Amino acid sequence: MIYQSLGEWFDKIGNFSLTLLIVTVYGLLMGAFIERIIAKVQGRIGIPYKQPFINVLKNIFKRTAISHGIMFYLGPVFRIAGGIGTLAFIPVIFGSETFSNFSTAGDLFLVIYFMFFGQLGMALGAGESGHPYSAIGVARGLSQMTAYEVPFALAVVAIVLQYGTLSINDIVAAQQGGWQHWTMVTNWPATLAAMLAFLGMTGYSPFDIFLAPQEIPIGPPTEFHSAYLGLLQLNRALFGATKLILFMNLFFGGATGWPELMLKTWLIYMVAIVVGVAFPRYRVDQGIRFFFKLPTLIGIMSIIYVQMVLTA
Amino acid sequence: MFKKSLNTEDTLENAGLTVEEQQLFSNARPQAYEPYPIKAVEDFANWARANSLWILAFGTGCGAIEMRPLMTARFDANRFGVAGRPTPRQSSVFVIGGYASVKTLKRIVRSYEQMQGPKFVIALGICPVNGGMYFDSYNTVNRFDQYLPVDLYITGCMPRPEVLVAGIMELQKMIKAGKCNGANRYVDNFDWYKANQKKVIKNWDMPDYNW
Repeated sequence: MIYQSLGEWFDKIGNFSLTLLIVTVYGLLMGAFIERIIAKVQGRIGIPYKQPFINVLKNIFKRTAISHGIMFYLGPVFRIAGGIGTLAFIPVIFGSETFSNFSTAGDLFLVIYFMFFGQLGMALGAGESGHPYSAIGVARGLSQMTAYEVPFALAVVAIVLQYGTLSINDIVAAQQGGWQHWTMVTNWPATLAAMLAFLGMTGYSPFDIFLAPQEIPIGPPTEFHSAYLGLLQLNRALFGATKLILFMNLFFGGATGWPELMLKTWLIYMVAIVVGVAFPRYRVDQGIRFFFKLPTLIGIMSIIYVQMVLTA
Repeated sequence: MFKKSLNTEDTLENAGLTVEEQQLFSNARPQAYEPYPIKAVEDFANWARANSLWILAFGTGCGAIEMRPLMTARFDANRFGVAGRPTPRQSSVFVIGGYASVKTLKRIVRSYEQMQGPKFVIALGICPVNGGMYFDSYNTVNRFDQYLPVDLYITGCMPRPEVLVAGIMELQKMIKAGKCNGANRYVDNFDWYKANQKKVIKNWDMPDYNW
C-alpha cells in the first residue's frame, strides 16, 4: 500500500468515506426492511423505512447525557472504530478502484482482528457503566463469541489454504467466472461451518442470549443512552452490513456492482432471519456446546477436505 | 459520574443516605435545558423526537395491560415509531398505567429521573387524575401531577388501546409544536415536587435525584 502522492492518499480517503456512507445507509435501510418482513409475517404493517434514521437522529438530539467515566465514553467509540476499521480493509466491489478501500495483501488477518476489537472495546465501556446486567451480557457475549470464532477461524484457514492467499481481493478474483467457482460450491464444508458461525455473529435467535431483552434488559448497552446509543445504532447497521460483505467476498463470489452486492448480502442475511424466526433461544452453555460440536467438526472437515481433495 | 458541585447552594442534601453511601452518589442538581437557538433545528429535533417514542416497559398499575396490545397486529403502534424499551436510560415516554401506589411511586420517581431528557409522561386512566375508584385508599396517590409533571392525560377506566394510540398521536402533535416541556417543569419546581414526594414516601433511602 504505497501511494505516490498526498493527493492519491486524499483520493483514497474520499472514496472510503463514500463507501462508508453507502454501507451505513444500506445497513440502516436493510434493518428497516427486515423489521417490515417480520412485521408482515406477524400480520402487522411494521415500521416506516425512515424509522432507523429517525431513531439515530432522536438519540443524537437528546438534551441530556450522563457519563460513568472515560471508558464509558470510549466504549461506543471503540465499537464504531471496530466497525469502520473492518470495512476499511474489505474490498467492497470487485474490480472497482473507487470501492476497493484500503484492501491490501494480508487484509484478511487484519479484518478478523478488527472484528474482535469492537467487541472488546464495548466490553470495557459496558463494564465501567457498573450495571450488573451489562456485566452479565458482556460475559455471555464474549463467551459466545469465543465459541463461534472457532468454526469461523477454521473455515477461514480452509479457504486460505485453498486459494493460497491472505488477500480478500485475490480470494474474490479466484471465484470469478460463474457460480460454479464460488467457495460455496468448491469448498462447501468451509461455507457451511462459516454460515453456522454467522448465525452466532448476527445475534439473532437462537444465539441472542447476550441481548435477551426479556431477561437481562438488553445486556451490554443497558446503561448507554443519547448520543452513545446513537453511535451504537449506527455501528450496528454498519458492522452488520460489513460482516455480510465479508461473507459475500469469502464464500459467495463477491460482487461486481452495487445491485449484485445488495441482492447477495440480503440473501445471506435472510439465512439468519429464517433461522431466527424458526428456533427459540439457546442458553449460553447450550450455545457454546453447539458451536464446539457440529460447526467445529465441519470446520476441521473443511481443512481436511482442502488438503485431501482440492490440493491433492 | 457527574462531578460533585463545589457550590454548596447548588447541591442536594441526600439526607436519606448514610455517610458512606453519600460518597457513592452524585449530589448535583438537575438543570433545565433550553431549546436550540435556531428554530429550524429545534423543529427538526422535535420532529425526530415525536416520531421515535420509546416507551419504558414498566407496568405501574392495572393499565399496563392496555399497553401490551399496542404491539400486536391489531393496533401495531410500531407504525408511529413507538417501541418498548427495557431500560429507563433509553426510553423517552413513561406511561403511568392507572393507579400509582406509594410503593410503586418510589420506583416511578427513580425510573423517571434516570430517563434522559426530553422525556414525556402519559397518565393513563382516571386514577392519576383524581384517584378514581381508589380515591380514599390509604396507599394510593390521588393527584399524580403533584409528584411528577404529566404531559398528557388519557382518562377512562380503563381506556382501550385505541384511545392510547390516539393519545400517543396527540402527544406527537404536542411534541412537534414544542409544548412538551415536562422535564424542564420538573427541574424548575424541583423542591416542590421533592417535598410532595417525600411527604408520601416515608422510607426515603435513595439520593434526592437519581442521576
